[in-house]
Amino acid sequence: MPTVYIPTALQSLTAGKEVVRVPGATVRQVINSLEREFPGVKERLYDPEEDSLLPGLAVTIDGEVGQLGLLEQLMETSELHFLPAIAGG
Amino acid sequence: MLDFKPNIVLSTKEFKVVGTRPIRHDGADKVTGKARYGADMILPGLLHGKILRSPHAHARIKSIDTTKAAALPGVKAVVTAADFPQPSSRASDLAEGAMMNLRFLSNNIMAKDKVLYKGHAVAAVAAANAHVAEEALKLIDVQYEVLTPVLNAEEAMKPGAPLVHERLATLHTPTIRAGGTLDDHDPARGTNVANQFEFKSGDVAKGFQEADVIVERETHTVPVHQGYIEPHSGTAMWHGDGSLTIWSSSQGHFTIRDQTARLLGVPIAAVKAIPMEIGGGFGGKTMVYVEPVAALLARKSGSPVKVTMSRTEVFEGTGPTAGTHIKVKLGAKRDGRLVAAEARLVYEAGAFPGSPVPAACQCMFAPYVIPNAYIQGTDVVVNRPKSAAYRAPGSPAAAFAMEPAMDELAEKLGMDPLEFRLLNAAKEGTRRATGPVFPKIGFVETLQAAKDHPHWSAPLTGKHQGRGVACGFWANNTGPSNVVALVNSDGSVNLIEGSPDIGGSRAAISQQFAEVLGIPVTDIRPQVGDTASIGFTSNTGGSSVTFKTGWAAYEAAQDVKRQMIERAAKIWEVTPELVDYKDGVLQHKSDPELKLTFKQIAARQVPTGGPICGRAGINPRGQGGSISVHMVDLEVDPDTGKVTILRYTAVQDAGKAVHPSYVEGQIQGGAVQGIGWALNEEYFYNNQGQMMNSSFLDYRMPTSLDLPMINTVIVEVANPGHPYGVRGVGEVSIVPPMAAVCNALYRATGVRFQNLPMNPGRVLEALQAQQGAVTSRGR
Repeated sequence: MPTVYIPTALQSLTAGKEVVRVPGATVRQVINSLEREFPGVKERLYDPEEDSLLPGLAVTIDGEVGQLGLLEQLMETSELHFLPAIAGG
Repeated sequence: MLDFKPNIVLSTKEFKVVGTRPIRHDGADKVTGKARYGADMILPGLLHGKILRSPHAHARIKSIDTTKAAALPGVKAVVTAADFPQPSSRASDLAEGAMMNLRFLSNNIMAKDKVLYKGHAVAAVAAANAHVAEEALKLIDVQYEVLTPVLNAEEAMKPGAPLVHERLATLHTPTIRAGGTLDDHDPARGTNVANQFEFKSGDVAKGFQEADVIVERETHTVPVHQGYIEPHSGTAMWHGDGSLTIWSSSQGHFTIRDQTARLLGVPIAAVKAIPMEIGGGFGGKTMVYVEPVAALLARKSGSPVKVTMSRTEVFEGTGPTAGTHIKVKLGAKRDGRLVAAEARLVYEAGAFPGSPVPAACQCMFAPYVIPNAYIQGTDVVVNRPKSAAYRAPGSPAAAFAMEPAMDELAEKLGMDPLEFRLLNAAKEGTRRATGPVFPKIGFVETLQAAKDHPHWSAPLTGKHQGRGVACGFWANNTGPSNVVALVNSDGSVNLIEGSPDIGGSRAAISQQFAEVLGIPVTDIRPQVGDTASIGFTSNTGGSSVTFKTGWAAYEAAQDVKRQMIERAAKIWEVTPELVDYKDGVLQHKSDPELKLTFKQIAARQVPTGGPICGRAGINPRGQGGSISVHMVDLEVDPDTGKVTILRYTAVQDAGKAVHPSYVEGQIQGGAVQGIGWALNEEYFYNNQGQMMNSSFLDYRMPTSLDLPMINTVIVEVANPGHPYGVRGVGEVSIVPPMAAVCNALYRATGVRFQNLPMNPGRVLEALQAQQGAVTSRGR
């Protein structure tokens, strides 16, 4: 199962857990799994109006910033971080 | 006579075209004055637009009377915020991760109810010529209720501070950029703190308990401007079918198109943005300022309108980088290993939320292995121009806090500053303080190259001289990109790409295309397509273009190659699997006599199946991060406080330098901008929030007469995420200079400066304070 590092501000929703493992073959599936286990997480990551990650949010998968958002494919060993997106100059 | 090469490339893999230094395709036009920039646009019946700007840093607009201005002969249109649709304040993602609160964006372009900084636009006029337009501005009667401004984050965060936005709410999440507002029915008072978030890793308290040596540092920096030579200029013309054409100088004409369309409420397909050449951007031309204003004036007047900013307008009406206040604490074991780090970063966003503090937090500790870390970021609005991106946005100020602290720690440990950094350097597999694990990066190799450079071991010869070193990290960016290649019958290629060319990218993109096909780069004619001629391509920013558009060119070339093979197979009546393509020659695998060159197939493309057109639209990840190490020697005049840069060497991991001359240019340019930021540049305000140095005469940027040649070393640790190993190179070079100069000044004077700029006044003041302390100790 992919490993998810929980953003500090969301750890109040995961009973203080900083790292969790949840099932999912895509980022969307992982977010849905997180919501099942830790209700309230999804609305902090997901924009239902746009059916996308929240604006300004990036997902990093195995050290690389994903470009496909919810559609990014994951492996069993994938490691995910939800971080503020960085724009350049 | 130099005892070293001024520019060194430590190449690890050679290619035929990638890595060479061809003459840029657009060079001749640029050096002969034929290239056309934003303000060069001329159309029949063109009107000139001028913008009226607020004289106050903070005021409520009670009324605007444009009657007299509109009646002035020669005036064709006057607009105010009342002419702009008021979009939703909901944050929208305008592609490529660029989140925008459209209402904030609209109200920054033209103030609605309040002016939030001196220079904030309040009205605009289009007239037959610029002089009439300027006269008309004087006839616009704006009644203000002047409010108390808040000019820095410390004041803005105090309880009861005047509010820039009455309904702004603080977002306590690292995952959402600033820009939320209180619900209409929420009785809570607004705030100037737009966002506050934190990152934690390990156990920071325990880490500091285990530390043998601890260093703390607190810094302040004030806004500085990118200082691009070409002011913003946009021309707009409406057509009979309701469509709009915009010509402007920007870092992303798709952004200009999309933002203008959204702000004016017209379909994106109805807007065509045509990129003019760009005379510098450095992050400051990644959003609209004048284009929607020109479009409204054009619609109202029925004629095309051009709006070009003056230099003062550029300073006062566009985005400089954020002012900052940073506290950092570092702890290390006696053997030199870092064990804990803590930082609190407060960044001033200017009049609207959204400073680069999220990026600063993610870059600050990135170069080092730090097992226990805490980072807090705070985004604060103040009555200054909305901050904009500036080369590696956020990271330079963070490095100015971090790297002198590293220098002090090395000193306390009795270690060489480069050895100390080598001991703690992040490498492949290092978990960053913000969470993710690094893929392949070249920090160790870059530090080693700096250590091996003759500069590091050369003796200093003067009493008031000092040498400093500092490092910097930038994450780089990527995004969607498109390339189309049209093969002509003589074998030449028209290559259309979507990235505006700021630093020679036409050449670097063509090189990556030519490498695949084994054809001369001079056979390729690259051009930047308008928004109706090429697919969406994200901004020329984030050091992304050579990576993403180069990759798109690589894929488009593969597409051409595939079609060439099919055509040869058709001619030889074999399957494509029996055709080889190497160095621009197609060859039958079984019959060495059967050969066709690229040019020969190009000549036969129509009868063998039609025109050959290669295409690629990609959105790649894997851009990799960049690392830079700078060394500087300087001399201080103890009588005047003036600092002279004697020698400067910048070492940087480029992954693969596609065109080494342009990589060197990027490194040198970033270093020079950073030196200016270190020693001279600042937005100098009076206590009413009025900028007092809004011209290049008073806003002192360094020129070639102020500095020695910036020596460069390009390190190539290939980025595994790119076909040629490319990493972005355009931004990280501005991260270390302020810290490097600060560390050198410490060696020269014994003073660790905490504020920027370290100008003669500040240096002299510190020297005199030091002298006073010595004198009073002597008594």
